[in-house]
Amino acid sequence: MSATAKKGVKKSDGANQPFIYRQYDQEKLRDALRKMYLIRQFEEGAEESYMRGLIHGTMHLSIGQEASAVGICLGLSDEDQITSTHRGHGHCIAKGADVSRMFAEFFGKTTGYCRGRGGSMHIADVSTGNLGANGIVGGGLPIAVGAALTAKKMKTDNVVVCFFGDGANNEGAFHEALNMAAIWKLPVVFVCENNGYGMSTSVARATAVPNIADRASAYAMPGVIVDGNVVSDVAEAMHEATERARNGEGPTLIECKTYRYRGHSKSDRNRYRTKEEIEEWMTERDPIEAFEAELVEFGVIDTAGIEEIRESVRKEIEAGIEFAKESPMPEVANLEKYVYTEQA
Amino acid sequence: MDAQVETATRELSYAQAIQEAMAIAMERDERVFLMGEDIGVYGGAFQVTGDLVERFGPERVMDTPISELGGAGVAVGAAVTGMRPIFEFQFSDFATLAMEQIVNQAAKMRYMLGGAVSVPGVMRFPAGSGTGAAAQHSQSLEAWLGHVPGLKVIQPATPHDAKGMLLAAIEDPDPVMIYEHKILYKMKGEVPEGYYTVPIGKAEVRREGADLTIVATSIMVHKALDAAKQLAEEGIDVEVIDLRTVRPMDRQTIIESVCKTSRLMCVYEGVKTLGVGAEISAMIAESEAFDYLDAPVVRLGGAETPIPYNPELEKATVPQVDGIVKAARDLATGAR
Ligand SMILES: Cc1ncc(C[n+]2csc(CCOP(=O)(O)OP(=O)(O)O)c2C)c(N)n1
Ligand SMILES: [Mg+2]
Repeated sequence: MSATAKKGVKKSDGANQPFIYRQYDQEKLRDALRKMYLIRQFEEGAEESYMRGLIHGTMHLSIGQEASAVGICLGLSDEDQITSTHRGHGHCIAKGADVSRMFAEFFGKTTGYCRGRGGSMHIADVSTGNLGANGIVGGGLPIAVGAALTAKKMKTDNVVVCFFGDGANNEGAFHEALNMAAIWKLPVVFVCENNGYGMSTSVARATAVPNIADRASAYAMPGVIVDGNVVSDVAEAMHEATERARNGEGPTLIECKTYRYRGHSKSDRNRYRTKEEIEEWMTERDPIEAFEAELVEFGVIDTAGIEEIRESVRKEIEAGIEFAKESPMPEVANLEKYVYTEQA
Repeated sequence: MDAQVETATRELSYAQAIQEAMAIAMERDERVFLMGEDIGVYGGAFQVTGDLVERFGPERVMDTPISELGGAGVAVGAAVTGMRPIFEFQFSDFATLAMEQIVNQAAKMRYMLGGAVSVPGVMRFPAGSGTGAAAQHSQSLEAWLGHVPGLKVIQPATPHDAKGMLLAAIEDPDPVMIYEHKILYKMKGEVPEGYYTVPIGKAEVRREGADLTIVATSIMVHKALDAAKQLAEEGIDVEVIDLRTVRPMDRQTIIESVCKTSRLMCVYEGVKTLGVGAEISAMIAESEAFDYLDAPVVRLGGAETPIPYNPELEKATVPQVDGIVKAARDLATGAR
């Protein structure tokens, strides 16, 4: 069952078309699909490289959650900023990062976005407004509020998006951050990617309210729940939140209900959930399949067009891995570089 | 402290030894329970709690939300009122989120209340680098907590000590922080069956030697022993002391050793400056051992940088066997 079928939207009925078809041109929508492939194939490529011993450490894959990253970032410019999470590859790509430099980072190379110092868990591309993934659950929340404070003080008209997981909503930083954003009416959008679990602990076991969006009322901001696997729904909620933020009306909390297909990290035995549950999300609610079907239905693309994009993404991923392999390792002599700002 | 009654031993990993200590403690004392993130059905990020939830149930092996400050504080509150919590931080780095409850509350409550209460809780901290987990998952911040009167801070280096010191920590009436190096979790060693304790506050001479003393902590004990083996082939006889407890520090064992060897090197993974080695060196400078020193004290600690992701850089950040061999050789032969 595709997301559109569920909502009963008719192809010819322009006014009833989902938000993104009214808001964006076809080029933009095809690019959104391309980004979703890019995220998925990037992560599959990273996973394979990890299995082959080319990447060390650990990584947290967002396969299955692509619609929320892409839907949220669809209307943002490079000047708008995001703070991301340990599960941040999708955010990074959706915001516009180059997969070659991401692979290079994972391979620990100097050409990587963090010059091999950060790896997957700290992936960032400041040039496209990504202030960084984070190894600390909830760590990005107050930082996003600070970035929004800058936007307000400097009157930049920028919006800041703070991605976080369902698990982060039980950290003190979450509550402190939301409260400050609200009292100062800051242009920040809190985006909770609720994939049902914080590691092994389900939302039901960890959180006193059924929805993370329910927390919003405690901080007098709108709390919006969307199907996080439907690009248009995510983008629409984000659009409204962005308008609010830019109009000086303050923050919004958006909760994207979604699901991660892979284990929490590279050492997860998936004992806390059933195979059936995973299977159901993968086969019934895949965000990429749903988006493909929808784009075809609305005449934005045909199957040949889809294959063309897929193929070009495949090439981009291949080239990215090649670039990473061939890039140089950092020199040990530079170990203590970047601890402090070099001054002339 | 119970007497050390040691029975038959068998080989266990460091992680298994800790798990066994927790199981024994829970069997002996109903008040003992475990709290932490994903310690139940997941078995803990490093599989230290493993299947304990199946044995003791979710009431005694409690998954907490991702709430380090609150969780640590709940453990303090339970400890003060009669329970014996063992709180697991998923990574020692996340203690930074709980510093308030550890430093302001757990450490000081007894003192501030004039001795009216005690805080008999244990907190466990998987620490250290070597896993490619980068800057926020690889730190060795034991010196931070070692700076706080009211806390006890231990760093067992072997499966035997991990079990015995954890059991001692659970018995201890005051809050004990146990730093467990993540790379040690898989290390195997002989561990006695049943209940026994290894005293807190007592260093152990792991290798006797005449030419130079190395005081090492945690994983560095093993690296120092490897280095000592190599140096023995060159005719340099190294004494290796396993510090085991950061606070309260066993000054006597170190002083006696330095009086004998006249040379001291400290090897630890935490950042060199203001670390455990600074305390040991200063303590020796203040003691009668100072007059016995034939050379300046040497500290080998972590580089003055966060832990990098790249594996080669990561290795270069903390002392390795080759570096220890070289520094110890230079110290012993006066080639500095
Ligand atoms: C402060 C802190 N506590 C614990 C962890 C370990 N940890 C990393 S991710 C994670 C689960 C996070 O869950 P959620 O916020 O829902 O994000 P998801 O992994 O589901 O994307 C945990 C417990 C951490 N990195 N930081
Ligand atoms: Mg989650």
